[in-house]
Amino acid sequence: MGALTFDIAHMLAGGLVLISFMMLYQARLSALINFFALHALVLTLSVAWQAYVQDAPHLFLTAGIALVFKVIVVPIALRSIVRRLGIHREIENVVGGGLTMFAGMALVALSLVLMLRVAHAADPLAREDLAFALSAVLLGMLMMVTRRNAVSQIVGFMSLENGLILAATGARGMPFVVEISVAFSILIAFIVIGIFLFRIRERFDTVDIRALDEYRGEQR
Amino acid sequence: MSALSIGPVSGVLLVPLCAAAVLALLPGYRLTARLNVVACLLTMLAAFSLFFTGRPPAGAYLFVDDLNIVFIALNTFVGFTTSLFSASYIAHELHIGRLTPVHLRFYHAMYQIMMFGMNLALVSNSIGLMWVAVELATLTTVMMVGIYRTHAALEAAWKYFILGSVGIALALFGTILVYMAARPVIGEGTDAMVWTSLIERAADFDPALLNVAFVFLLLGYGTKVGLAPLHAWLPDAHAEGPTPISAVLSGLLLNVALYAVLRFKMLLAANPEALTPGPLMMVMGLVSLIFAAFMLYRRRDIKRMFAYSSIEHMGIIVFAFGIGGPLANFAGLLHMVMHSLTKSAIFFAVGHIAQVKGTQRLADIRGLSVTHPWLAWSLVCGVVAIAGLPPFGIFMSEFLLLSSTFAREPLLAVLLVVGLLAAFGALLRHLNGIVFGEPTGSTAPAEASYLPMFAHLALVLVAGIYLPPPLVAWFQHIARLLG
Repeated sequence: MGALTFDIAHMLAGGLVLISFMMLYQARLSALINFFALHALVLTLSVAWQAYVQDAPHLFLTAGIALVFKVIVVPIALRSIVRRLGIHREIENVVGGGLTMFAGMALVALSLVLMLRVAHAADPLAREDLAFALSAVLLGMLMMVTRRNAVSQIVGFMSLENGLILAATGARGMPFVVEISVAFSILIAFIVIGIFLFRIRERFDTVDIRALDEYRGEQR
Repeated sequence: MSALSIGPVSGVLLVPLCAAAVLALLPGYRLTARLNVVACLLTMLAAFSLFFTGRPPAGAYLFVDDLNIVFIALNTFVGFTTSLFSASYIAHELHIGRLTPVHLRFYHAMYQIMMFGMNLALVSNSIGLMWVAVELATLTTVMMVGIYRTHAALEAAWKYFILGSVGIALALFGTILVYMAARPVIGEGTDAMVWTSLIERAADFDPALLNVAFVFLLLGYGTKVGLAPLHAWLPDAHAEGPTPISAVLSGLLLNVALYAVLRFKMLLAANPEALTPGPLMMVMGLVSLIFAAFMLYRRRDIKRMFAYSSIEHMGIIVFAFGIGGPLANFAGLLHMVMHSLTKSAIFFAVGHIAQVKGTQRLADIRGLSVTHPWLAWSLVCGVVAIAGLPPFGIFMSEFLLLSSTFAREPLLAVLLVVGLLAAFGALLRHLNGIVFGEPTGSTAPAEASYLPMFAHLALVLVAGIYLPPPLVAWFQHIARLLG
């Protein structure tokens, strides 16, 4: 395997983690959605590169799904939700930006230490892809717990899922990658449609999930 | 391909799938409710015929072995009885206008898709396919939990959705790691995800990768099982959805997730250098048991209370499989079957009780033995059974587990006893309030379907008194398989 192949794969996977970090401190929903579109674009390039390197044409399909669905359709849908619900101003965080960044760094360090040590038997490309992928998964999870707003939780979930797709394409010859990316797309479509259909705005007057938390089933 | 040839396995999968399509199109709740029952009955017959016809050879996607056949039989049986209960429950919901006919079409189609997803997860031979199937079953239950579209139901569905998605994401990462561990040994492609070839070659896998994979899988599928730190979705989802769905969630979906955990536990056990999964499962099980047992005391909502009881029992079962060995595994299997039957029977009773009283608040449900004696005494039987009193089957499985734990880990057995007793006290305290005391609420007669409830309770009672020797032999055989 040429050094260039390796470097490009690394650059793209590392770029994904970097954008995950940048998403952590975005204060405005519209900026967050833009960064998510960028995240998905980097994922598309990364998957396409893996498809080329591994000579696995079906991965181009996964890349295509990512491009159409996550770079174009979902950001447009989310932007229209944000516009219609009038929530484009600020996002409330549970903890401050600095603390979140430190937690993010700790998670990335953890996943690098864990995966590089554990996966020493796997080939270097897959091993380091896996470390980056786990970082993206953990950062997505961090975003889901530090954000209170339903739209940004969905964005967090989607960035987490991008990490999983990266891991799945990095594992050479893994079956079901296309099926899994389709399944995830359906899942996300359901959430986005769900927000539209259930008109969370009408019912809660906000998509801030603190409004949901105030309700405790037992204290009626 | 063997998967598509006509046989019991394809029956278990195709009947729910076709029924879902038909039910989505047909109007009229009487017809669809009946069709739902018929489809569940056919699925159950297909599943039971697996015991008598020869099993198809394991394919790349589907297979049947001694372990999953028990899960499939239980799954389709409870699915069938729940569809019977659902028919009368839904009629009442339609009558009081909580659901519209359009909702019902959706509800019945989703019910069948959920059965399809669970059955597929149980018969799939590929860990990738199993993951997709569990995700499908989860997604359908999320939508059913939110079907009332009240403030509370939407919150429950959203919480379930977010926690469930994180769970399935972790499980997928674990699945990818298992594939990475298998690839150098088995080679690239579909084979490295096929369960039967994985277990044969597991001894050669890289133990470090397998260990990490198992942690992810345990956390991921453990979220679905409702184990303690990851259980937060469970009480809300049980309380706010339609009661038939609560029964299916507790009785079936938790088992399907547990089945996935057990499969991967067997994989780890087959590799001598990998970590022993037992202690992890024992800790999670015990924490769930004790936590849920104490949470039971302050419940004010009847469905929420039994949801916590489900967390408690899943804790016991995971603990039993964690401690391992023939006796504890036997107890775990028996407990799982008994819990499914008893808990769904309880939810059948609770569903009718909540309907006649028009509330789920424990404080507003009093003196049931005066107003609705049949429902009250069914509930008493169910709660006595679930609390682990003789002569019901759960007493036997808990007794077996306790004696096995005392013999091997006396200190843990003390914790187990504390949890069991705490849960026992809480359940009986609440039961006393519900059944006796000054009657409150409506005294209108309940239009209940007693048959599913009585059938489940009778089975649990019979199992507590006499287990047929072939069944015991079968369970012992599986217990040895589980290691």
